[in-house]
Amino acid sequence: MNFDLSEEQQILVDSVAKFVANDSPVERFRKLRDTERGWDPSVWARMGEFGWLGVAYPEEQGGFGGRFVDLALILEQLGRGLVPEPIVPSVVLAGGLLSKLGSDAQRERFLAPMIEGRTSLALAYAERQSRFTPHDCRTRAERRGAGWVLSGEKTWVLNGHAADQLVIVARTAGDPLDREGLSLFVVDGDAPGLERIRVPGMDGQRSALVRLRRVEVGAERLLGPAGAARPHLEWALDRAAAAACAEGQGEIQELFDRTVAYLKQRVQFGVPIGSFQALQHRAADMYAETELCRSTMILAAIAADYEDADERQAEISAAKLQLSRGGWFVQENAIQLFGGIGVTDEQDEGLFFKRLRVLQGLFGDADWHVARYQGLRGFASEA
Amino acid sequence: MDLAYSPEQLAFRQEVRQWIQDAMPAPIRAKAEGGGHFEHEEQMEWHRILFRKGWVAPHWPKEVGGTGWDIGRRHIFGEELVRANAPQLSPFGLTMVGPLLIQFGTPEQKQRFLPRILSGEEVWCQGYSEPNAGSDLASLQLRAEKDGTDYVLNGQKTWTTYAQYADWIFLLARTDASGKKQEGITFILADVKHTPGITVKPFLTTGGTYAFSETWFQNARVPQTNRVGPENGGWTMAKALLAHERTGIGGIAESKRWLQLCKRIARETPVGEGSLFDDRSFRERIARLEMRLRSLELLQLRTLAAAQVGRAPGPESSILKLVGTEIQQESTELCMDAMGHDALGWLDSPPEVLPAIEQGVASSFNYLRAATIYGGSNEIQRNIIAKQILRLPTL
Ligand SMILES: Cc1cc2nc3c(=O)[nH]c(=O)nc-3n(C[C@H](O)[C@H](O)[C@H](O)COP(=O)(O)OP(=O)(O)OC[C@H]3O[C@@H](n4cnc5c(N)ncnc54)[C@H](O)[C@@H]3O)c2cc1C
Ligand SMILES: Cc1cc2nc3c(=O)[nH]c(=O)nc-3n(C[C@H](O)[C@H](O)[C@H](O)COP(=O)(O)OP(=O)(O)OC[C@H]3O[C@@H](n4cnc5c(N)ncnc54)[C@H](O)[C@@H]3O)c2cc1C
Repeated sequence: MNFDLSEEQQILVDSVAKFVANDSPVERFRKLRDTERGWDPSVWARMGEFGWLGVAYPEEQGGFGGRFVDLALILEQLGRGLVPEPIVPSVVLAGGLLSKLGSDAQRERFLAPMIEGRTSLALAYAERQSRFTPHDCRTRAERRGAGWVLSGEKTWVLNGHAADQLVIVARTAGDPLDREGLSLFVVDGDAPGLERIRVPGMDGQRSALVRLRRVEVGAERLLGPAGAARPHLEWALDRAAAAACAEGQGEIQELFDRTVAYLKQRVQFGVPIGSFQALQHRAADMYAETELCRSTMILAAIAADYEDADERQAEISAAKLQLSRGGWFVQENAIQLFGGIGVTDEQDEGLFFKRLRVLQGLFGDADWHVARYQGLRGFASEA
Repeated sequence: MDLAYSPEQLAFRQEVRQWIQDAMPAPIRAKAEGGGHFEHEEQMEWHRILFRKGWVAPHWPKEVGGTGWDIGRRHIFGEELVRANAPQLSPFGLTMVGPLLIQFGTPEQKQRFLPRILSGEEVWCQGYSEPNAGSDLASLQLRAEKDGTDYVLNGQKTWTTYAQYADWIFLLARTDASGKKQEGITFILADVKHTPGITVKPFLTTGGTYAFSETWFQNARVPQTNRVGPENGGWTMAKALLAHERTGIGGIAESKRWLQLCKRIARETPVGEGSLFDDRSFRERIARLEMRLRSLELLQLRTLAAAQVGRAPGPESSILKLVGTEIQQESTELCMDAMGHDALGWLDSPPEVLPAIEQGVASSFNYLRAATIYGGSNEIQRNIIAKQILRLPTL
């Protein structure tokens, strides 16, 4: 067992940290959060040049053949600067599915330019009633000639407002709640019949409501075999949950570090507030939770590459629960210990707080992961 | 000991319920039914409606415009307002400076200020905190120097909630820096709108709204007749007022509203074939919080009943503040959890994406992080309980 970073990993982490410090401090996010797109294509292109967008794809696909852990390490550092470029929707979700299921032609056409930072992608899976269950899908795709016609509505499509292509989850067989019968289609962002309504997020990032009104696509837009998408979709969403833990770790660590610094500096009653034992104990508990989050974040990043789906899901659920409960403890106390200043918008801590809350509610919230964990670990059968 | 309502009280509940229904203007009612967030002007409109009915200050003595209701009636009234989701009134006049003036004001001050607080003609804000005087309120530095018949004010207040709407501010100023910090403080009233030298700069909060302000004083002159209580006796005033503030700040009514909303969101949130309300574990979470709130509500009634027989709200109001604000936060957290992906949205989300009843939740959830900070942080409440109630020794 070895928790140390390899030399290459350390170099990667250092270079991302340097990028955040020099080119993308929180200030850049602040400027972008009021813009239409919410992120910067020129920075995305640089991420492509750095090789970050392809780090976890096989070399024969234009990637660097790294493991998911390498991407997680990048995300953690980016989280410390609230870097808003859409790595999770583009690289982990849609890109992950293209890498896994795409034909050579599809990868050439849709994945390669994204890895180079020239385009971005999104995955449209959630619907109004689906909550976190990916196979709860009412959007339909019907055959028409050699191609397909898509109809339905998807909500909270991350980066859906800006993506060049969207991978759409649609039902090609079965009833709304059936586990099987799902298919994936790559649809152009400007396809006729596709409407996207840009939605501003609590965290200052963007998503979209996507309406499909008889959107026609050719046979070459079907990704993977028809009707068999569910396990792959779950795989992609698991990896997104692991990615959320990684990015969230950056934010938790940042909030924790800032809070400890503030406890040493803020004076009330003639002493630094960090000298009050009540606050020392709180900081100690926050430290414990931060380290627990780091531990499960590593676990989730490694589990993201597991072949065994049950094992992967159970481990990632455990990490996501820790992000949602332990991470929450850190973030709520960070704001509390900053006092009044912590709830002003001009202070950065609130931005970290909001981003974390959003990550906690994406790809399955705490309740959902606890329920899933119980199912996977055999609790349910004892009830 | 008897917790049952009398037939008169039950009849009173019907009367109140009916009146609220008739009196609420259509636009306010529409918002109330949608679970919407009320603007300052809507609050004030509802304030004036209650005033005309004589019901705006149920907790004030009858002689100065209160209702003379007993605890039971006041409680019923509060419950019915929550039930109707009526706008909440600004507390600074009605539950803070009003009761303080009733207790300590001169006859002229009472005559000058109380009727205008009741009618809503004058809106108030609270100027206690300063950048370096938060939890350590007694270290405040805003100076008040006597000059002729005036005080001349210089310094800065911060986090002044709704100062941007206020006509008047009640503030604590330093009138003597020589002795113990607490002994040189004076309680002063100032006209925000008409006093040259007072400027107000609103802050954006993490809730995305302009709730509080920085308030600056530069040679601002106010007459000495605006002092409440004796010079250098402001600390006693401050503490008396904070006790009033904390009984209200427990936010029991607000928490009831949030739980009401939470149930509604759970019912209206589709999950698969049914709704989130079909999920037993989620329903249980709501029920547990509602039951805890019930304990707190009973504690509040005990506190109020004690106050009614002449025992002023004392340090036990700290429990109301402490537990009440935590419940308030938990109930908005639960609303967020109920919303699922919708919790990712923000204030200006298009209505086809975020249902009306959910529109204000994320904003309030963020803003209410402050509930455990303002009015004396919860850490300070715990210190008060440990020292003043439990008499624990200090290092
Ligand atoms: C089952 C058991 C087995 C044990 N086995 C051994 C053994 O094998 N060998 C041995 O030498 N001892 C042993 N101990 C003793 C143990 O180490 C002591 O009980 C422990 O150090 C606490 O001391 P105390 O019981 O005197 O409590 P106290 O020191 O009086 O503490 C009382 C409470 O005050 C708290 N407290 C004290 N100081 C502070 C502070 N500065 N800040 C905040 N809180 C504080 C404590 O956490 C505790 O909650 C054992 C105890 C138990 C219960
Ligand atoms: C939304 C909002 C509205 C407000 N409205 C008003 C208003 O209208 N008028 C007004 O005058 N003020 C208002 N306040 C100010 C509020 O009363 C102060 O924020 C509060 O008293 C805390 O002071 P501070 O922010 O300076 O935090 P600090 O005092 O710096 O405290 C920082 C942290 O240290 C903790 N701490 C401090 N001292 C101790 C101790 N001895 N032991 C343990 N922990 C300690 C605190 O609990 C807090 O967690 C408002 C604040 C907010 C957030």
